[in-house]
Amino acid sequence: MDQLAASAYLVVFSITLLVIISLGLAVIFGLMKVINLAHGEFIMLGAYACVFAVDAGLPLWAACAAAALAVGAFGVVVERVLIRHLYGRLIDTLLATWGLSLFIVGAVTTLLGPAGRGIPTDFGNVTVGALNLSVYNLMLAAVAVAMLAATWGLARFTRFGLLARGTMQNPTIAGAMGVNPSLVYMVTFGYGSALAGLAGAVLVPLTGVSPTLGLAFVAKAFVTVITGGHLPLLGTGLASSIFGAIDGVLSYRWSSVIGEVGVLIVAVVVLRLLPSGLTGRMRSGL
Amino acid sequence: MTALDFASNAAVRPTWRWWVFVALSVVVLAGLPLVTDVSLQLQLSLIFLLSLLALSMSFMWGYGGMLSFGQTVFYGLGGYCYAIASMNFGTTGWAMLIAVLLPAVVAALLGYFMIYGRLSDIYLSVITLAVTLIFEKAIRATSGPEFVVGSVRLNGQNGIPGVPGLQVPWQDAPLSMEGVFWLTAAAMVTVYVALRLLLTTSYGRVLVGIRENEARMQLMGFDSRRYKLAAFVVSGAIAGLSGALYAVWGNFVAPEMFNLNQAAQVVIWVIVGGRSTLIGPIVGTGVVQWLTTWLGQVGVGQVTLVLGFVLMVFVLAFREGLLPTLGALGRVLVRRQPGDTAPPVLPARQSAPGAPRE
Repeated sequence: MDQLAASAYLVVFSITLLVIISLGLAVIFGLMKVINLAHGEFIMLGAYACVFAVDAGLPLWAACAAAALAVGAFGVVVERVLIRHLYGRLIDTLLATWGLSLFIVGAVTTLLGPAGRGIPTDFGNVTVGALNLSVYNLMLAAVAVAMLAATWGLARFTRFGLLARGTMQNPTIAGAMGVNPSLVYMVTFGYGSALAGLAGAVLVPLTGVSPTLGLAFVAKAFVTVITGGHLPLLGTGLASSIFGAIDGVLSYRWSSVIGEVGVLIVAVVVLRLLPSGLTGRMRSGL
Repeated sequence: MTALDFASNAAVRPTWRWWVFVALSVVVLAGLPLVTDVSLQLQLSLIFLLSLLALSMSFMWGYGGMLSFGQTVFYGLGGYCYAIASMNFGTTGWAMLIAVLLPAVVAALLGYFMIYGRLSDIYLSVITLAVTLIFEKAIRATSGPEFVVGSVRLNGQNGIPGVPGLQVPWQDAPLSMEGVFWLTAAAMVTVYVALRLLLTTSYGRVLVGIRENEARMQLMGFDSRRYKLAAFVVSGAIAGLSGALYAVWGNFVAPEMFNLNQAAQVVIWVIVGGRSTLIGPIVGTGVVQWLTTWLGQVGVGQVTLVLGFVLMVFVLAFREGLLPTLGALGRVLVRRQPGDTAPPVLPARQSAPGAPRE
C-alpha cells in the first residue's frame, strides 16, 4: 500500500513537471505551428531572472511573476526580430531557433560564467500516512493546474482568446474579418515565452540553474508536445499524463535514464500509430 | 556553363569537367602529405572525416527532403562500435565493417517507425533530436563497472581511450599519420563520387522527385516510403563510417560524439556550405571547422555564441548556403553567352504555409 502511494506520488510529480515545462512550447506550437527549439533556454532565462529577483530581495512568488514578465518581453522581441520573417517555413523556424538557443547559451555563459546558482527553499515536508511529502512539490502541482486553468480561461473567455482561436483555425479568414494575425502571433509568442519563464522560475528552487539547464528539459518537452498533437491544452494534458505515469513508474522501479528511454520508445510507437499526435484527429478544441 | 555547375543540385549526369575536377582533387590530396607538416595533416584529416558526416546529412536533407537531427546518433554509434569491436576482436578491418553495418541497422529500425509511420518533416526532426539526447544520456550513465561489452568498459562520461588504429594487410604497424590522412581523404572522395553518381541513377531521380512532390510520385506508382527509408539507411551507414574514422583518427571515443552541440555543428556545416549540393557541405565543414579553430586561438571563449549567430544569419539571409549563393552571384555578374544554359538550381522543398493537415 505504501509502495503504491509512493509511486502514485512520483507519477503525479512527473506529470506536474511535464506540464510545467511543456505548456509554453505547446501554446506556441499549437497556435503558430512554430517549434521553438530555444524553449529550454527560455526556461533557463526565467530561472536566472528568478534567482536575481530573489537576490534583490523580492519574495519568491513576486520573483516568479517578474521572471515570467521578463521572459515574456524577451519573447516578444525574439518574435519581432527573428520569428516574424519565418512564418510558414516550419523547418527554417526550427533551425533559426536552434541558432538562437546556441547563441543564448553562449551569451549567458560569457556574461554569468558556467557555474550554477540556486536559491534555498525552506518549505519543509508534511507527513501523510506513511508518506513524507515535500510541500514545495505539492505547490508545484498546484502551479501546473493553475497554468492549465489560466491558459484555458484566457482562450475560452477573453476577447484575445477568441481572436487567437480564430487565427489558430484559419489565419486567412481571421485576417479577412479584420484581425491582425501578426499582432496575435506576437502576443501569443510572448505568452508562450512567459509560461516558459514561469516554468524556469518555479523550478529553480528544485534544480538550481546553470547556462546548460535548458538541455535537461528540452527533449522531454518536445516529445510531450509533438505526441500531444496540435491541440495545446488537451494534447499536452494527455501526453503529460501518459508519459508522466510511465516515467514515474520506470524511474521508481529502475533509474531515471530507463524512465526517459521508456518514454521515448512509447512516444515513437504512439506516433507510428497516430502520426499527427494524440489529438491529431480532432478538428477543433483547445 | 559556369565553373560552378558541379554545384548544381539537379540529378544530371556529371560532365567531363566534373571528372577532371575529381581527378585533380585526388592528385592534390594524394600529394599533400609530402609537402605539409603534421599538425595541418591532423586538422585536414579531421575535416575530411567530418565532411562525411556533412555529406550524409546533405544527402538526406538536401536530396531526400528529410531533416534529421540524429546523424550524430549514427556517428557516435559508429565510433563506439569500432572501439568496442576492435578492442574485443583485435581485427580492425571487421570492426570497421561492423561500425558501418550496425548504425545502418539502427537507422533501418528507427527509420521504419518514422517513415512508415508517415511522420511529417517536423516530427521526424524532433524525434531524431530526442533520440540523440537520450543516447548521450544513456552512454553517460554507463560509468559503473557493470557496463562492460566483452572485455571493454564503457566508462560513461570518460569515454573509451586507447582505441587501436586501423591495421592494413600490407603493413605490420597500424596506420601512420599520413596513412590516416590518405584513408580519410579517400573515404571522403569515394563517398562524394558515389553519392553524386547514385543521384543520377533512377533511384536518385525518384528520391529527388519525392522531395519535390511526394504525392505526385506516389500517384505515379512509386512507394515513396521505401525510397526514403533507403536514403535514411544509406546516410546512417555513412555517418557510422565517419564515426569509426574519428575513432581511428583520435584513438578515442566519448559521449560528446552524441552531443547536441555536435548535432548542431553538422547542421551548420551543411547550411553554410549549401544543402542542395554535395560539394557545399564539404566546403562548409572546412570553413566552419577552420573558423572554430581560429576563434579558439584568438581567445573567444564561447564558440557556440558565434556558431549560433552564424546559423541564424544563414537561415534568415542566405538560405541556400554559401556555394549556391556565390554561384547565383557569379551568374548575375558574368553575362552568360547565348545558348549556354546552366541547369536550374531547384530550391529544396519546404512545407507550404498553412498546408492542410493530413
